[in-house]
Amino acid sequence: MNLMLSLLLLAAGMVQPPGVTPVVPQQADSIGQTQGSAPTAPPAAAAIAPPTNVRAVDTPNDGGKSITITWSPSPDKDVEFYEIQRAEVPAAGVFTSLDKVVGTERSYADGNTDDAKQYKYRVVALKGAGSGYAETGAARSYPQWFNFNLLNILICTVVVSFLILYFIYHARRGKEFFIRRIAGLDAVEESVGRATEMGKPIVFISGIGSAAQPSTISAMNILGEVAKKTAQYSTALIVPNSDPVVYTIAREMVKEAHTKVGRPDTYRADNVFFLTQEQFAYAAAVDGIMVREKPATIFMLGWFAAEALILAETGATTGAIQIAGTDAIYQLPFFITACDYTLIGEELYAASAYLSRQPLLIGSLVGQDYGKLVVLIAVLLASALYLLSAARGLSGLSVVWNWFSIG
Amino acid sequence: MQRTIPLTICLVAGLVMIVQFFIPHPVSVGLYSVSNNWMRIIASFALVLGAGSLIIHHTIRLQRRQKGWPYSIVTLVGLAVAAVLGLGWGLRTGRPEDIIYRNIQVPLGAAMFSILAFYMASASYRAFRARNKEATILLIAAFVVMLGSVPIGTTIWTKIPIISEWVLTVPNMAAKRAIGFGIALGSIATALKIILGIERGWLGGEK
Repeated sequence: MNLMLSLLLLAAGMVQPPGVTPVVPQQADSIGQTQGSAPTAPPAAAAIAPPTNVRAVDTPNDGGKSITITWSPSPDKDVEFYEIQRAEVPAAGVFTSLDKVVGTERSYADGNTDDAKQYKYRVVALKGAGSGYAETGAARSYPQWFNFNLLNILICTVVVSFLILYFIYHARRGKEFFIRRIAGLDAVEESVGRATEMGKPIVFISGIGSAAQPSTISAMNILGEVAKKTAQYSTALIVPNSDPVVYTIAREMVKEAHTKVGRPDTYRADNVFFLTQEQFAYAAAVDGIMVREKPATIFMLGWFAAEALILAETGATTGAIQIAGTDAIYQLPFFITACDYTLIGEELYAASAYLSRQPLLIGSLVGQDYGKLVVLIAVLLASALYLLSAARGLSGLSVVWNWFSIG
Repeated sequence: MQRTIPLTICLVAGLVMIVQFFIPHPVSVGLYSVSNNWMRIIASFALVLGAGSLIIHHTIRLQRRQKGWPYSIVTLVGLAVAAVLGLGWGLRTGRPEDIIYRNIQVPLGAAMFSILAFYMASASYRAFRARNKEATILLIAAFVVMLGSVPIGTTIWTKIPIISEWVLTVPNMAAKRAIGFGIALGSIATALKIILGIERGWLGGEK
């Protein structure tokens, strides 16, 4: 048990590893003043009281190569600067200046250390021509195996993942769940039917995101469902892509959809193509396709940036039904304004479950909703703690409040 | 087997990357760097497929004399010229490829970007028509925020910038954060479904 505790504390950087001299702050018995980065020795000058509690410790929760120096302010008021000097151990005495920080600072991170070496530091209080310094004991940096600053994220991820897996498990066992109607996804069938009746193509734009982005993955899932319907009705589906990896996935999705509905002969390879990775060149090319082909329906699903409005407004001028969806918050207002239906954020992620009605996917949606309930409770709790911590005698609550912050 | 191998790779890589996120040790950082390099290598293979697709698509358009086929000539010539200049003289500053990039591609991109100003005007007109209760609230909020951002707003009433700030930092921020929570949870769920092989759309099908 003690061993485990020691390992945990070691990983957190709260204790020094074996073989490292504990850091002992020293009070100055002479006066130090430095210029530039040359080796410095403390010259005689007007004495001011040095900073106290000067400590050097390995910076916790990092990958090594960093030592943090902390100090309490000099008893002399109005210290203008603190200069940080460093010397390698055992070559102590040859200190070089690292940096100078303003007098209100109480710590400094030296991010340029060698994990194999030990260092001593001086913190020199500077006020006009006067100075005074204190030295730290020897310290060494070393890497950690766990970032305890991310513990809150780990716990939240585990809780939300547990909820999602729990509901997927119940869905697998046959439990039926209710999901609310999403107008944009209900309109998919209608929009494909409209294109078929009009004898016009459908354009599916998957944005400028990479294949690693959840919105692009969701867009590909919707593409699969749309491709199945267009294959059934023999409606042309044009899929211009801006990312070569997304292009290869889109091609497979459309091809597979045609095979699945028993219409492999209607698959046209040249309707799914790569255009360019240049944002505005892509927008110009897709605008051209929309204007030339006059599609009956335009899907804009995935990740979009400034080209969102260019695409959506051009699409609106062609008279097509436009169904958009993105998790790029800043582009949502443009889509809501210019498109007939907009899937907002998570609605886009829910599309594959909604369209396919697969119980496992629907189970994950319910898990997500319970995750939101947990987040809502956490937000209310954190807000209450924040307000309470402002009250007299309850400032200790800020520790709990701070736990919610990331860093 | 065709499905099992990619699903296994996805499961292992997904779990390793989750664990890696919490470990700051150089071993973990190195692993992340290696995986990023692999992603770049795979993407470069896909780029070859992409370029092939572009050439085939425009060649077919030319052969069939489809509507707008002259643009396909521009695209194919542009692709060939850029490839020859880039491969022949390199990409450094002052080389032909760089000159073309800075003097043709960048201005063309800027021209497309500038069209946004006009599209914003037409989109604003569409958004701010007070057709129903929600659109009317949107119109009033937008009007107040716009007035709060210009000097005349203060001249009309000194409280307008304060109200504008409140609209942006309270109801607007609350809505943005709510969407953000949904997106974050949705991302976790999507990642889980992919890692566990429940969501298989990215493999090109459900089977």
